[in-house]
Amino acid sequence: MSRAALATLALLHAVAAPAAGTLIHSEHSQYREVLVYEDAGTRCLCFTHECAIGRQSCIELAYPDHMVFEYTRLMLGALFLVPDPHQILVIGLGGGTLPRALQQLLPDAHIDVVEIDPAVVRVATQYFGFKSSLKLSVSTEDGRAYVRRLLREGTRQYDLIMLDAYEREYIPEHLLTREFLRQVAALLRPGGVVAANTWSSSRLYPNESVTYHAVFGDFYNLKSGNRIILATSGALPSLDQIRRNSERFSEAFTPYGFTPQLLLPLFSTQMDWDPAARVLTDQYSPANLLNAGH
Amino acid sequence: MGGKKFDAPYAFALAAVNPRSGAFRYTLLIMYTLVLYLLAGWSGFFVMGIELLGGRLLAPYFGSSIYVWGAIITVFMLALSLGYLAGGRYSMHRPSLRRLALIVLLAAVTALPVLLTGDALLDKLAARVPDPRFGSLSAALALFFVPTLISGMVSPYAVRLLVVESHHAGERAGRLYFISTFGSAAGTLLTSFYFVLWFELNQILWGMLAVSGLVALSACLVRPRALP
Repeated sequence: MSRAALATLALLHAVAAPAAGTLIHSEHSQYREVLVYEDAGTRCLCFTHECAIGRQSCIELAYPDHMVFEYTRLMLGALFLVPDPHQILVIGLGGGTLPRALQQLLPDAHIDVVEIDPAVVRVATQYFGFKSSLKLSVSTEDGRAYVRRLLREGTRQYDLIMLDAYEREYIPEHLLTREFLRQVAALLRPGGVVAANTWSSSRLYPNESVTYHAVFGDFYNLKSGNRIILATSGALPSLDQIRRNSERFSEAFTPYGFTPQLLLPLFSTQMDWDPAARVLTDQYSPANLLNAGH
Repeated sequence: MGGKKFDAPYAFALAAVNPRSGAFRYTLLIMYTLVLYLLAGWSGFFVMGIELLGGRLLAPYFGSSIYVWGAIITVFMLALSLGYLAGGRYSMHRPSLRRLALIVLLAAVTALPVLLTGDALLDKLAARVPDPRFGSLSAALALFFVPTLISGMVSPYAVRLLVVESHHAGERAGRLYFISTFGSAAGTLLTSFYFVLWFELNQILWGMLAVSGLVALSACLVRPRALP
């Protein structure tokens, strides 16, 4: 068989083979379908059939700590800004990779997770080794309603807030406005850090950037496929400070499959967006329309 | 007006401004009908525009889940159903185009609290009723029930004004529903695809209230007293 024919065959195979692997669990929730696929020792959480619009979270069954997605590693870069957080809030659970890692890295920290979909909490627990505990509690409610409730009660503040609630295909628009980010900032202790997982290629990039900038001023921008925004309620630590803080984690990140040195070159404060872009507010929040390129 | 220079359209135009001529009455009848349809079509547009903006206004307090949309749609359907009853009933009592215009205007005025006290009210409600289902249900009731009920009065009232003889009642009602629901479709599409991309929510709301005022005013300018 000629090389070209072989290549064609390989391509056909690639097209025909189920990209996501075997479906091992599926359930309908009020919000979406929650699906679990397994392929060659990797198990993934998806919200669409065959993971057509991407995988939410994955674990390697033989190395459950190993971080399959780069973005979760980048999110841990937040610890270079605030190396010893006592109170952490994670908005959006997914497979629970981030809360699980944070719990292992910071055994003394109190972690609150807010996830809108009870089915996601169930699946993360059953299939992805997520376990709530005295120091890791989960609330099932809307992220913004949770933040508003905590502000009203005024009993708790956080050193680190991680925002992992945006999907590529659908952004909860009320979680990407100036008013929401102000509420998040008000829930931070002085010098507290917010880490948000978004996309570097999205059409929303300029609007998202000016919105974060309007609330937090300059922030660190870590870009690969994903985009991680690291902002603080106080003064932004210098790169020197970040390098020094990162040394604390030189061994600690090994189980997750990376080292702090891999993250450091990505820290940038360069404003690579149009500053005249329109800020997203509760009054003006067509994030999904903008993202679709209108 | 038998001179050579006067052709037919000119003659008609002259007659149209003569209150005693048949052409005047005919023109008036056409304008009267058009304004009726305009009121019904705009009212349909207004209801769906407010409904979609309602979803946006509630999202920062209760999220934008299916519960919240369910609560909003429930309140709008309930308010419209009662509005149909009320509008039909009210049409029994000396119906007029001017009164229909007042209904449209009143719907706009009762939507003002959405603009003026919306956020303060939502904040209080979210604190008192944190459950997203009943929280959004009570918020939607408080802000949108009254203007939607009054908007619901428009269609049956307009049917009363359109129907002179029973044999064409169905045809007239059908045409009116067509225009009113077509207006709703237009209000839904324009608001969700374009207005939210171009304007702030409050700008859209003020704009819609202004159009309600203009449409009601245009109805008051048509004087149906001269009609048979």
